[in-house]
Amino acid sequence: MLDTAKRQLNTASLRIARNPYQAIGAILVFVLAFFIGGLFVLITAGSSILLNYFESKPQVTAFFRDNTSAEEIEEIKKTLASTGYVATTRYISKEEALEIYREQNKKEPLLLEFVTANILPASLEVSATEVKHLPVLADILTKQEAVEDVIFQKDIIDTLTRWTTIIRNVGLGIVLFLILTSLFTTLIVIGLNIALHKDEIEIMRLVGATTWFIRVPFILEGIIYGTFSALISTIAIWVGVEYLSPILSSLFQGIPIFPVPPSTFILLLIGEVLIGAIIGTVGSLIATWRYLKV
Amino acid sequence: MIKFNSIHKNFNGLAALYDINLEVSDGEFVFLVGPTGAGKSTLLKLIIREEVPSKGTLFVDDLEVPRLSGSSISQLRRRIGIIFQDFKLLQNRTVFENISFPLEIAGLHKEDIERLTADMLDLINLKEQKDLFPNQISGGEAQKTAIARAMIQKPEILLADEPTGNLDLKSAWEIMQLLSKLNNLGTTIIMATHNFDFINSLHHRNIEIDHGKITKDTLEKNLKKPKSEKKKT
Repeated sequence: MLDTAKRQLNTASLRIARNPYQAIGAILVFVLAFFIGGLFVLITAGSSILLNYFESKPQVTAFFRDNTSAEEIEEIKKTLASTGYVATTRYISKEEALEIYREQNKKEPLLLEFVTANILPASLEVSATEVKHLPVLADILTKQEAVEDVIFQKDIIDTLTRWTTIIRNVGLGIVLFLILTSLFTTLIVIGLNIALHKDEIEIMRLVGATTWFIRVPFILEGIIYGTFSALISTIAIWVGVEYLSPILSSLFQGIPIFPVPPSTFILLLIGEVLIGAIIGTVGSLIATWRYLKV
Repeated sequence: MIKFNSIHKNFNGLAALYDINLEVSDGEFVFLVGPTGAGKSTLLKLIIREEVPSKGTLFVDDLEVPRLSGSSISQLRRRIGIIFQDFKLLQNRTVFENISFPLEIAGLHKEDIERLTADMLDLINLKEQKDLFPNQISGGEAQKTAIARAMIQKPEILLADEPTGNLDLKSAWEIMQLLSKLNNLGTTIIMATHNFDFINSLHHRNIEIDHGKITKDTLEKNLKKPKSEKKKT
């Protein structure tokens, strides 16, 4: 049994080695498909994290006019609290705002040079118990005279939700298209290989090879294309994302997306290799059913 | 025993075989003679179930061949060796690998494959050519390789479709001697041929086919020897 399995694998490897251009063509199509597919999976996962991050922090920020007194702020806090929708409130003074600004831009000395506490407004960060309560709180704050501006995260969440849905749907469409491309590529390549080995197949049949004995090397060939390409493309994505991580993490400051943990890549690797193996198997099975008359 | 019961075979409405009734006993050597297109190859193909009769049935021992399917066909083919005029050797495999191919398919261990193939190479006297590829050996050696491949699993029946058609006279006689040797060891042989030299010299049963019909069978002239008696001779 083991001897037979080894021989079957040898036959499949030998066929790949003897038709290298065909194999390279198939692998390149697979790698491209898995690379784009894998990127879309990561982008979809990232946008979900981004959305969760904002959803878990239902927040309205009110910026005060310069001359707002502590009593006025206290009064506003009480009004908000009376709604029963407030989870927490946090007052950020001009000095604290400057500290935060400095921390966020410590690598850009030019941005720090002319900024003083005076030009930054004091603010009140109000977290709601649920996202749906944010409009009520935002409305109360907007009506206050001491409040100059209100940043309302519901808009951000709505936009993000819209984008995440679009990315997810477009990604799904592209992934499906790529899966079909890979499937048909396998079918064509294995079909060609079957035609190339017509004589060998005929002799195998005549000396008593079973249908599966003839089919297995072709199926293994498809599996090799799928898994090998999935491996290459996932490693390429891993290396690429790691390389771009420092740049991307500065874009998504405070949001736990970057650096992407190794476990994510390992999951992606397992997923892509599995999908690669399945596409390879299904593609070559169809090819053997369609072209291999045993 | 191979038994044809009222076999008819049509291709696109044209009769390739017509009402064939035939019995070949174990250990017999039978020549199938007839012009090209007479139906000799079709008759052989029916035995290995590469073709299915349009009407009638045939048995190999107790197996009703047309009714076989899937792995039963493979099992049947392992009991029957086949050789062809054009040898049908795998060009990318050496003589040794070609001969051992059926054993690989049967899933034998590497050591057994090496031992059995070495024995077979000895029997057909091709030891020195074992590492050569088919395009590096003569036609006679290629046919011997094909016979060795057909015989490696010790089949009960050997079907030969004009095995000497592509060979010079000397090689052809070598092949005939080899086939006679195998027949003496108990293998049933059915050989399609055009060569009347063999037929006249080797006094085996001779079945003539023309336009898909059996026109002559010399069975009565050649009283069959029992298998055990044959082995002694």
